[in-house]
Amino acid sequence: MFADWIQVGRMDELAGSDSPVHRLDARGKVVTTVAFIIAVMSFPRHEVSALTPFLAYPVVIVSLGRIPLWFLLRKVLLAAPFAAVVGMFNPLLDRQPMAVVAGVVVTGGWLSFASIMFRFVLTAWAALALIACTGMHRLAAALAQLGVPRVFVVQHMFLHRYLFVIADNAVKMMRSAAARSGGRALTFKAYASMIGHLLVRSMDRAERVHRAMAARGYDGELRTVRRAQFGLRDAMFVGCCLAFFAAARVWNVPAFLGRLASGG
Amino acid sequence: MSHHIVEVRDLWFAYPGGAEALRGVSFRVEHGTPLGVIGGNGAGKSTLLLHLNGYLPTERGEVRIGDTVVTRDTAPLIRRTVGLVFQDPDDQLFMPTVEEDVAFGPLNAGLPPDQVEQRVAYALERVGMTHARKRPPYRLSHGEKRAVAIATVLAMSPDVLVMDEPSSNLDPRARRRLIDLLLSFEHTKIIASHDLELVVEVCRDVVVLDSGRIVARGPARDVLSNEKLMLEHGLETPHILRRMSFL
Repeated sequence: MFADWIQVGRMDELAGSDSPVHRLDARGKVVTTVAFIIAVMSFPRHEVSALTPFLAYPVVIVSLGRIPLWFLLRKVLLAAPFAAVVGMFNPLLDRQPMAVVAGVVVTGGWLSFASIMFRFVLTAWAALALIACTGMHRLAAALAQLGVPRVFVVQHMFLHRYLFVIADNAVKMMRSAAARSGGRALTFKAYASMIGHLLVRSMDRAERVHRAMAARGYDGELRTVRRAQFGLRDAMFVGCCLAFFAAARVWNVPAFLGRLASGG
Repeated sequence: MSHHIVEVRDLWFAYPGGAEALRGVSFRVEHGTPLGVIGGNGAGKSTLLLHLNGYLPTERGEVRIGDTVVTRDTAPLIRRTVGLVFQDPDDQLFMPTVEEDVAFGPLNAGLPPDQVEQRVAYALERVGMTHARKRPPYRLSHGEKRAVAIATVLAMSPDVLVMDEPSSNLDPRARRRLIDLLLSFEHTKIIASHDLELVVEVCRDVVVLDSGRIVARGPARDVLSNEKLMLEHGLETPHILRRMSFL
């Protein structure tokens, strides 16, 4: 089920736990994650091996943050088909042989396809790790502090808030439809009507949530209890990460190690 | 403090493109007097409550909380005085954890962190939910959610508590706890409910709404004992007030 895959609630729960990564300032984590994504995306299109050191970043974040490994990877898989579509035609278009691996000729197209998939896993994983170790609400507050316009930040927060509500509604609707369908597949018309109902219900719900927020003085400004303070630890975290990304971007570490091992 | 007095004078309201929801409603609630607002579905109860904290604009007539007339400009001030507990606690609890949800109002009021903390601790303690501080609200039972929803409003230390169907979907034990809690509050209370037994226990006075008008008002026991009046307006005399016919 859709809601099971998304598991927004579980994500919030993980974000609410405590670990060295959770305690870091959200702004520092945002800056690091963005730098990571830029570094990974800046490689030439056939690059695969030089990307491997970047695996270290999500692995370290997730393990220090005590986030279950499979939990995030499942979410990465959910979005994988989109990335696959982007690179799907590369093997057909680019047939230039580039390397021979275990007796099989690898063309440029397959290399760039592998590169796209690898980069997708790296960046999606890092982004999800950021959310799981920070929480949407603190993340939104950090974005606001970093100067992202408030309208985007609030929209982002509400999207997160309502996704959960709507998914929940959809699940209930599907359940009641299944209870009355007598085992037959639903018609297209029934689906169309359900989506319409879902929209109207969600809008009603949105109105009520807004009322409840307004009743407690919400004025579009985000406020959190945890006082965000950018300390020495945060500066060290950002500094070390950026230095690592820069080094891994400039030098191809795996190739260097390979040359070292083969005595070249 | 005169803040606790709620006065509604000749209030009219129609939803855009819709029927008249309120047609000349007037009443006055003195400090500390619990008032029940009863009436069938669509009688205008919820619409009336939304006017009390300035969520809906008054078309004609006025709502006064203490010395302040409720308008668009005074609404932020009014909302600190009038705490509104909504019918569905899921609408009211939108933050990742219980404590953040309870802190939401005090933070918006601009209180310093130590005071926010004090308010959160006090409000959760008051409703008996201190143990759930760090939990996400959607993992709580319905009764617990309701208690937290009340805490979110208590944390704003309002003078007037307004509740829409506070006992809906509660099991008997959770309902009993809620009634005890309501009885322990010294705030001015306005409670809209179909749970007429709760109204008899908690409210001294009632107003009966039907099609946007007040059709009866008076001490709760007297009004609710009037079986003819109750039936006429889609209600029913609660069991504890019924005259036993076999005696």
